[in-house]
Amino acid sequence: MSRGIAVVTFPGSNGDHDALDAFRDGIGAPAELVDYRATDLTGFDAVVVPGGFSYGDYLRCGAIARFAPVMEPLRAFAERGRPVLGICNGFQVLIEAHLLPGALLKNRSLTFHSDWVKLRVESGETAWTGTLGEGEIVRFPVAHGVGNYFADSATLERIEGNGQVVFRYSDEDGESIESANFNGSVNGIAGICNERRNVVGLMPHPERASDPLLGPTDGLKMLSGIRAFLSVPA
Amino acid sequence: MTDSRWRVEVIVMPKDGVSDPQGEAVKGGLAMLGHAGVARVRVGRHVVVDVDAPTADAAKHAVTKMAEQLLANPVIEQFEIGNVTEIHSTEVVR
Repeated sequence: MSRGIAVVTFPGSNGDHDALDAFRDGIGAPAELVDYRATDLTGFDAVVVPGGFSYGDYLRCGAIARFAPVMEPLRAFAERGRPVLGICNGFQVLIEAHLLPGALLKNRSLTFHSDWVKLRVESGETAWTGTLGEGEIVRFPVAHGVGNYFADSATLERIEGNGQVVFRYSDEDGESIESANFNGSVNGIAGICNERRNVVGLMPHPERASDPLLGPTDGLKMLSGIRAFLSVPA
Repeated sequence: MTDSRWRVEVIVMPKDGVSDPQGEAVKGGLAMLGHAGVARVRVGRHVVVDVDAPTADAAKHAVTKMAEQLLANPVIEQFEIGNVTEIHSTEVVR
């Protein structure tokens, strides 16, 4: 039986309930919280690693969460080509686990940045962005201190060449300009996918742009794309 | 066989070519305080691991593995093993 979408809770996660609400209430899709000690993800159609400060962000963001028991079935799930999404701290965890390339450094400003930002969709051809069009501008909130995406020049060339950049910080007109790139990410990168395009990670929070009471709902539009991967239609 | 306890220091630094916003901020702070001639500042991490092992070499080897696996992220950081000192002996039954 399908259990829908798994949202992983680590010690220090704080975006897990926001994600759960977005899927359950926003999309009407089945979703469950899954403890970080779980060793089995059987029955789930998709996995979300949410935002927060797993293990207090000690050592490096995501460095300790990467070795949590749930990461083993999560890695197998990703290797089978099933959809995995990392949001903010979840993106940091997937990067530390080498499920996505590159690294995340402290914001250029050294400040924690909490605000709404505009993103240009670079690719709608991933498991998580099928409802978004290339070049579309979406508004999501960000809330992070360590979101400055870095990749060495060979890796950067590879991911740009493969179209693995999914989102870039942008202005209203879709220009990825330096002033929009508040955290100093290389090439203004806000989100990427793996080569197989089933694993996506981004610093901004689509699940916090999913309720009209709280502002724009571009996040709901993005997350609703997961319907195509549910074995029980939502 | 007797293991000793060793204190192994690990110095983790941002790799050359990787931007270091903390280092830049400290450099700016030093300039603001009037320190002239500061060409570059890099900020890293100093990790101290106490480990039981039969020899200093074995302790160093074990901590090197720890650094490769967890203490440093090879995408952005490099590490070196610093001082290795014996802190006290402890009887370990093997």
